[in-house]
Amino acid sequence: MTTASIEPPQDTHPVGPARHERLSALVQQHGALAVLLIVSLVASLSFDSFATGDNISNMATSSAFLAIVALGMTFVIITGGVDLSVGSLFALGGVLAAWGSRHGTLVALLLPLAVCGLIGVVNGLLIARSRLAPFIVTLAAMLGARGLMLALTDEGADTYLIGKGSFLAELGQGTTLGLGNPVWITLALFVAGAVVLRRTRFGQHVYAVGGNEDAAALMGAPVARTKILVYALSGLLAGLAGALNAAWLASGVTILGSGMELDAISAVVIGGTLLTGGLGYVSGSLVGVLLLKVIQNVINQIGSLDSSYQQVVSGAFLAVVVIAQTWLGRRRQLM
Amino acid sequence: MAPPAEVLAVRGLSKTFPGVRALDDVDLTLHAGEVHALIGENGAGKSTLIKLLTGVYRPDAGEVVFQGRTVSFGTPLEAQKAGISTIYQEVNLIPLLSVARNLFLGREPRNRFGVLDMARMNREAEETLGTYGVRVDVRRPLRTLGVGAQQMVALARAVATDARIVIMDEPTSSLEPREVETLFAVIRRLRDAGIAVVYVSHRLDELYAVCSTVTVLRDGRRVHHGRLADLDRLSLVSTMLGRELGEVRAEGLTKFTGDHGAADAEPVLAATELTVPHKLHGVSLTVRPGEVVGLGGLLGSGRTETAKAVAGALPLRSGTVTVAGVPLRTGSTPAALRAGVSLLPEDRKSEGIVPGLSVRENIALAVLPRLSRFGLVSESRVDSIVDTFIERLRIKASSPHQKVGELSGGNQQKVLLARWLAMNPKVLLLDEPTRGIDVGAKAEVQKLVDELAADGLGVLLISSDLEELIEGSDRVVVLKDGSVVGELAGDDVTEEKLMRTIAGDGPARDTVKEAVVDG
Repeated sequence: MTTASIEPPQDTHPVGPARHERLSALVQQHGALAVLLIVSLVASLSFDSFATGDNISNMATSSAFLAIVALGMTFVIITGGVDLSVGSLFALGGVLAAWGSRHGTLVALLLPLAVCGLIGVVNGLLIARSRLAPFIVTLAAMLGARGLMLALTDEGADTYLIGKGSFLAELGQGTTLGLGNPVWITLALFVAGAVVLRRTRFGQHVYAVGGNEDAAALMGAPVARTKILVYALSGLLAGLAGALNAAWLASGVTILGSGMELDAISAVVIGGTLLTGGLGYVSGSLVGVLLLKVIQNVINQIGSLDSSYQQVVSGAFLAVVVIAQTWLGRRRQLM
Repeated sequence: MAPPAEVLAVRGLSKTFPGVRALDDVDLTLHAGEVHALIGENGAGKSTLIKLLTGVYRPDAGEVVFQGRTVSFGTPLEAQKAGISTIYQEVNLIPLLSVARNLFLGREPRNRFGVLDMARMNREAEETLGTYGVRVDVRRPLRTLGVGAQQMVALARAVATDARIVIMDEPTSSLEPREVETLFAVIRRLRDAGIAVVYVSHRLDELYAVCSTVTVLRDGRRVHHGRLADLDRLSLVSTMLGRELGEVRAEGLTKFTGDHGAADAEPVLAATELTVPHKLHGVSLTVRPGEVVGLGGLLGSGRTETAKAVAGALPLRSGTVTVAGVPLRTGSTPAALRAGVSLLPEDRKSEGIVPGLSVRENIALAVLPRLSRFGLVSESRVDSIVDTFIERLRIKASSPHQKVGELSGGNQQKVLLARWLAMNPKVLLLDEPTRGIDVGAKAEVQKLVDELAADGLGVLLISSDLEELIEGSDRVVVLKDGSVVGELAGDDVTEEKLMRTIAGDGPARDTVKEAVVDG
């Protein structure tokens, strides 16, 4: 630091309209949470079966896998990228875990992590070093990973099972304090994710790269390394989610995971992360996932309504969120 | 007092890009506590020199000795770590991150678990920024600060990385006068702390207010260096533009001829008190039919902005534009076009031609809506217009269907000119119409401008080429820092008078020179 002693120039710079700013930040960060609470409240008043322990526990467990995928996606989207390969990696991770479970729990857990993490690293290398568009690179990875998974299962004809009573099965199916183990793992991952994103240098770089890539490079942030790491993380978490899901279902189901990347992106955006990068929160993504699941659950509760309408409601909700974000963003620029 | 230590010695630095010798054998020496002005017109090599010093480019020849050691930086980060920081014209920070996080990005204080110590970071950010006159909540996103405060954060960041040299590339271009004062106070503080500052600016007042030494670049070469106090404003401007004061021109070098325009005609264009924040401060001018009015001034004086403001491409804070007596809705390009104002932009690559389209399509682009009925374009009418202009402007293309990208620069410029002339304008705004085109084409474009004016068009001509400006214009309005500082007409339109006006070297302004900072 070079701070020679001289009286500071008497100058206070104009302060912007801070109150509006805070309000718009509040809506951006916690809007989804407010909607989640309102929807849940209305649902529990309308349906007796909504706020029961069983229903909540089921919703929580089925949310866990998407939430883990959305956690990785949050990092990717904050850097201004997107990862379309996560659905395929989720399926591949599940099949690899089930296939590997014959060789013990360690192989069953490490194999999907290694393979999916590696595919994530390749995504990151192509995007960061070869400067290819994330959309195309991860689309290719999505097709490739799905092909790999089909090859492993003989076009889906072979289904690998996970033996009852193994540690892996316990990890997926067991409960602790009334909630499924995957739920606890998810919560732990989100706490860790929040600390990494907000309180480490890597997290700062993730925001910086998404906020203004050129400036980040000039400020000395390792842009390429940061991008490679976020895609590696996204692949890793998708593989882990797939493995846990397979453990929960006791088999590697090949038809799962298609379209999951879009659900994950929806959840992240609903949670307040800007699709253009530079702004976002892992807590928001968790809320986004829960909101999607609650909407699904409510529509299932309304017996007379076709469950296909769940997609319509989720889609409409996403549109509303993006419109609100754009509006808030424009208000900001006008100030 | 012992002479201050030499911090940087650049010797024989050269850099060639395909077709251009951007920097040719340039020397530069910086001492501790020196505030060094680096000046030159567009393309003189300032940016190239800065980029060579900060590791963005690698030199073809020459060496850079920094603090006694020969260095070769591969990236801006390496240069920054070694102690050469740069502040760019546009604030280069992350707008959505908090002020404190921006200030500390990459060197955040951490506790022993590797987790950021937010309390300490915010506290230190507040303390540091306080010394720069920025007192804000450092947890707020950077973009909620004013541009001036953001620039101060960038500066604090640059200095905080133990910089020995701080390079400032037009740091005041978006600052308010009050903020400029704060910046100067900070620069003086850096100087007193023994940091060398390279200050790039086109604002002469600022240079004389803070700089002690100067290097003038022109066409990639160093044409002058020394104490700034030894060089008065007029000499500075003439060195920069490369015009000798006593130079006598035996004959005109351009193809412009004579005067045109009736002095008593009603103005076809009248702009009054055009004001754009940070850029224009009440610019007024008139153009009569058949008159060529030159717009003079240095880079950044507001010439291009004036043209854009008239053409509706720049939102105005206040001011009016009248075309042929009818007030124009400002800030709207379609309205300006309808009223008969056409702008030939400065940068024809990014704002003008569509290289992949044919000559015909490029010419017809703007006029299409007028040639169509119910959304269908009349091909024959397009053909007749295109043929007329290809012939009239002597555009050299193998056929109207040749791609514009394949034409020479001069012919591309003519195609653009044709596009706007096809709109049948009353006023033509030409921003650097002959930049980057060869001598022959230049002469042709100049001749065309003459002919168009003779046909009764009002022309506003912007050019950095003094000869072109003087010989082409019937009158020259001179801008400086976004204001009109003078107008020359008739026999007063001479190089020397123009340079004097640009330099602001009138008798009333001599006092400024006495305020020159010590060396």
